[in-house]
Amino acid sequence: MGLEAKLNQDSFITTTIDAIAAWARKNSVWPMPMGISCCAIEMMAVGDPKYDIARFGSEVMRFTPRQCDLMIVAGTVTYKMAHVVKKIYDQMPEPKWVIAMGACTSSGGMYRSYNVVQGIDQFLPVDVYLAGCPPRPDNLLNALIMIQDKIGKTKVREFQDQPLTEYPVHNKN
Amino acid sequence: METIKEHAHSKILEALLADKNITVEDALENEMILNMGPQHPATHGVLRLLLRLDGETIVSCVPELGYLHRGYEKMAENMTYYEFIPHTDRLDYLAPLSNNVAWVLAVEKLTGIEAPPRAQYIRMLICELSRIASHLVAIGALAMDVGALTVFLWTLREREKILDIWDILCGARFTTSYTRIGGVANDIQPEAIAKAEWFINQFDDNLTECEYLLNNNRIFIGRLEGVGVVSGEDAVQLGLTGPTLRGSGIAYDLRRDMPYLFYNDLDFNVITHNEGDCLARYFVRVDECRESAKMVKQIMSKMPKGNILTNSPKKVLPDKVEIYSKMEELIHDFMIVNFGINPPEGEIYSAIENPKGELGFYLVSKGEGHPWKCKIRAPSMVNCQGLPHMIKGRMVSDVVAIVGSIDPVMGEADK
Amino acid sequence: MEIKELLTSKLKENLPGIQFTTVEYRGEISLILNKKDIVKFCRFLKEDSDLAFNFCEDVTAIDWARRNQRYTVVYHIFSMKNKFRLRLKCDVEEDDCNIDSISSVWKTADWEERETYDMYGIHFNNHPDLRRMFMPEEFEFYPLRKDFPLMGIPGSLPLPKK
Repeated sequence: MGLEAKLNQDSFITTTIDAIAAWARKNSVWPMPMGISCCAIEMMAVGDPKYDIARFGSEVMRFTPRQCDLMIVAGTVTYKMAHVVKKIYDQMPEPKWVIAMGACTSSGGMYRSYNVVQGIDQFLPVDVYLAGCPPRPDNLLNALIMIQDKIGKTKVREFQDQPLTEYPVHNKN
Repeated sequence: METIKEHAHSKILEALLADKNITVEDALENEMILNMGPQHPATHGVLRLLLRLDGETIVSCVPELGYLHRGYEKMAENMTYYEFIPHTDRLDYLAPLSNNVAWVLAVEKLTGIEAPPRAQYIRMLICELSRIASHLVAIGALAMDVGALTVFLWTLREREKILDIWDILCGARFTTSYTRIGGVANDIQPEAIAKAEWFINQFDDNLTECEYLLNNNRIFIGRLEGVGVVSGEDAVQLGLTGPTLRGSGIAYDLRRDMPYLFYNDLDFNVITHNEGDCLARYFVRVDECRESAKMVKQIMSKMPKGNILTNSPKKVLPDKVEIYSKMEELIHDFMIVNFGINPPEGEIYSAIENPKGELGFYLVSKGEGHPWKCKIRAPSMVNCQGLPHMIKGRMVSDVVAIVGSIDPVMGEADK
Repeated sequence: MEIKELLTSKLKENLPGIQFTTVEYRGEISLILNKKDIVKFCRFLKEDSDLAFNFCEDVTAIDWARRNQRYTVVYHIFSMKNKFRLRLKCDVEEDDCNIDSISSVWKTADWEERETYDMYGIHFNNHPDLRRMFMPEEFEFYPLRKDFPLMGIPGSLPLPKK
């Protein structure tokens, strides 16, 4: 029962630190827009003055994965594109979350054909599935609020001592 | 050499190195192969460009498509003509109503039926409004790529007003599936017409506001003038259509040359500019927005009264009220939905003037409920073919401006 | 229609050795010819000053799924001067699955023929750069053939690991 063991339990100090860290993380989620097809247009519409996403803390949509923590996969993912999506997901630093926007990413959508991956959860861990073809921008904001609630319940020690992701650098794609 | 081979497939490498103007043995000696990959903030959608650079100048370029190939043509062979209407929304997803109109015009030509005049006028109205919506996104995205971020937000604000009109008209903002074979799904509501009139009345001033920021801006003009020049003859040889072709001086517009719907009765100009560079294509788009606004006013004043679906029981879905109460309509509905409309054996090619260019459908029918072959002639794919020609000799930062001025939509380029 | 008579008379006087049949349906004219004459035919149609078919709209193929003459390659060309559209069709056998490329006549045909090769497997002779368009380079099948299933062949396209 040393100090370290006491710190690993949920005492007043650690829960307050957890709450502050989670509050800071969830109110500044920077999304990485993986805009592939039609859902990308609704994602652009979320950024426009009518359905402003900046008021939720997602001030910038950085297109570089190294600066983002939320990946919104918007659009049909084909087998050729799946390798690209996975490569970019691997480059995002922890902690990271994924929204599968639209019917095509959740389950293949209306495309039951030879080149469309029937759901991105075959190769990516997904946190929120969003239905619609395409989902209205209000729906995407709802998904963002769900992710923010999920982040609000995380604890600081879940993200400590994480191993660095091994991603293959010379990948044939 | 090994690392380059792993990034670019060997056949693409051969295509890149085929340009033998300079005698080098190793590609690493003087030049670099740069991959502007499918995920890039400035390529419109998932377009991959492999550039061979000499310093900052581009020596050659190989575009690679196929990252959004969803298998449309194979799916069209397996579903009826009615079931394919929602799929056509997702082809050029910036102007979905235009694609709906193109598909039903092709099927009606194959079947030999014609929609009533009121439905034709409604189709013209939605085509022109979707042209304005698509050009607004194109202008905004081009400005954003070049660096003027405010214009993007302003044009999207205007586009939201058009999407509100469509919300009232058919219930969906974006992927509408509004047209039907033989007419349109439902009659246009008076609120939608009032909103369209209000939008057109205030559109000109808002567009002028956006233009104030761009037209005399030294940076905008400096980045776009003289960039990506295509001469008129080269453009026709390469098969470019739409604003990309009209920016090079060729006045080819399907609404004027092979008229469809009631475009013969409208009074409009075909906009061309002669320089053939990115700035000319931008001006063509802005002027076409204004032209479309004038056409919308004419269409709304000329719209006749009447019904909106033809009376052809074996080909056109009957009204829901009649299906639930009368026997023949019930049987026709059952046959049309389950077995399709069975057009006679033959083939047609029907094209309309999409905001991006000429969208054509080539349909072959063997008398069954589903097409035997459906080919989609996508304007964006053929416009992308002009990219290597336009990019040669320019710098890397011009690539962004050129792709933005061609405005390809990968949903239809990759089918 | 006067353009139709002009077309047939010009073709008969300038290209006497080439056989073709004319089909008219719903106001559109299709010419069916032999696949070895296609380049000469297209070059004449483009360079003649009265006909002036300077715009190639589309190149595609149809798979009839029958034993003889399985494929038909279809070209759509347009004359901006006369505002007239024409369709050319050539039959291709399954055993001898190649045809001459017309990309030397119209540059548009370059990518369209690559797409037809990718989808059907019809080889185009003298094409500057014949490789696959949409499917990945290592893909072994031709998707739009009638014997390829809609859902694809499991294992033919690799997926990244989770």
